[in-house]
Amino acid sequence: MSAYDVAAAVTDPEMPMLTLADLGVLRDVDVEDERVVVTITPTYSGCPAMATMRDDLVRSLQGAGWPDVDVRVSLDPAWSSDWISTRGREALREHGISAPGPAPTRTGAVALTLTPTRRELTCPRCASAGVEVVSEFGATACKAIYRCPACLETFDHVKEI
Amino acid sequence: MTDHDSVYDGLLGDAEGWAFGTDFEDPLAGVDTTIPAGVDAETLAAYCLMLGDDALIHSHRLSQWASNAPDLEDDIALSNIALDLLGQARLLLARAAAADPALAPVLPEGSPVPAEDALAFFRDEHDFRNVRLVEGDNGDFAVTIVRLVVASTHRLALLQHLAASSDAVLAAIAVKGVKELTYHRDYAGRWFLTLARGTEESRRRLLAALHLVWPLRDELSRTHPVERRAADQGVGVDPAAVRDEVDAVLDQVLSASGVERPDVAPMGPVNGGTGRDGRHTEVMGRLLAEMQVVARAHPRGLW
Repeated sequence: MSAYDVAAAVTDPEMPMLTLADLGVLRDVDVEDERVVVTITPTYSGCPAMATMRDDLVRSLQGAGWPDVDVRVSLDPAWSSDWISTRGREALREHGISAPGPAPTRTGAVALTLTPTRRELTCPRCASAGVEVVSEFGATACKAIYRCPACLETFDHVKEI
Repeated sequence: MTDHDSVYDGLLGDAEGWAFGTDFEDPLAGVDTTIPAGVDAETLAAYCLMLGDDALIHSHRLSQWASNAPDLEDDIALSNIALDLLGQARLLLARAAAADPALAPVLPEGSPVPAEDALAFFRDEHDFRNVRLVEGDNGDFAVTIVRLVVASTHRLALLQHLAASSDAVLAAIAVKGVKELTYHRDYAGRWFLTLARGTEESRRRLLAALHLVWPLRDELSRTHPVERRAADQGVGVDPAAVRDEVDAVLDQVLSASGVERPDVAPMGPVNGGTGRDGRHTEVMGRLLAEMQVVARAHPRGLW
């Protein structure tokens, strides 16, 4: 396997159905002589999974015969939920997590929204359309919590940023 | 190959010495931290420290709601907001230390504490540069909400302008922060509205909170000499320049909530200085004592 393939197969510690490549966190894998330089972009400023991602990348690459691994951070451009791949979105749905819609595009001052965020979502379990938001904040920074009145299940929705 | 049954198993390095942070030794690893032309490194560092301390201290206050909020959803919401601010603080303090390494306190030899942690945990009260607004006791839930409305509205406007900073690192941190502050402000604004339009009791508490918090608003847009220099050098934003923008959003929240703008005098400087000069209110010492005690007891980070 190439260094890129090894790095791309490492999974996200919080959402292990996604690889770092599917999540869009993996930005670049460069091989210079024997050294692998991996570049990742944090999803959120305070994402506590960054250290685990870094260590998992180092361990996986070392295990695949690349002893010298350097993991770097790239802050620009900022991560967007639009970077989650089609395969990643499919994997989220298969695991009962609703995938994000298109990230908002902004021009000028950011508008204040005092009404609940509106999203056209369907329940990832029963495909019912009449779902309700429970909270814009879920178990991880990237998810909101929804409830489906049809099947009575709650589910996570990956937020659009 | 990667086993996530235990978070500690996934971490490399010496588990015996694992104490500080999550061992990602540098949040700016591989990021070009060269000082842009025409920018004085000390000004850039002092400016990042102000922005970083606002985020760090507010984050600490908000994190105190964990397990204490009115319900589980708000517990999680406030913790998430605290986490975003902590992440912003970490990047900003790391940026400050990279620009001016002399800023970080000197620790005993062999200490594994990275520069941003040295700044967070080993500075004394008078070296913190946050506005007094963010250090206040959480008090009533309404106080926390009003403070979050004011602080996030200001920070969102400021970071939007900072996206044009001549320092590429600061600009990138700001662009990222705008995405986060957008939902912080929406969350706080919705709660403001709910409390104002809720019961007689929730409205009474909201109005009391507004009178308590409003005098501290002025300090956010009072231009400090460091902010002036940073703005002049193209690396920072003069906070006075975003005042109208901030006021327009705050008026929108007040008007939707049927609440009058409070007629209270701003809290003035103390001996000519504010939080930006390291002059803090009485609660700051207790906040720092709680936040710093473990790190200070173990400067080598081994236990």
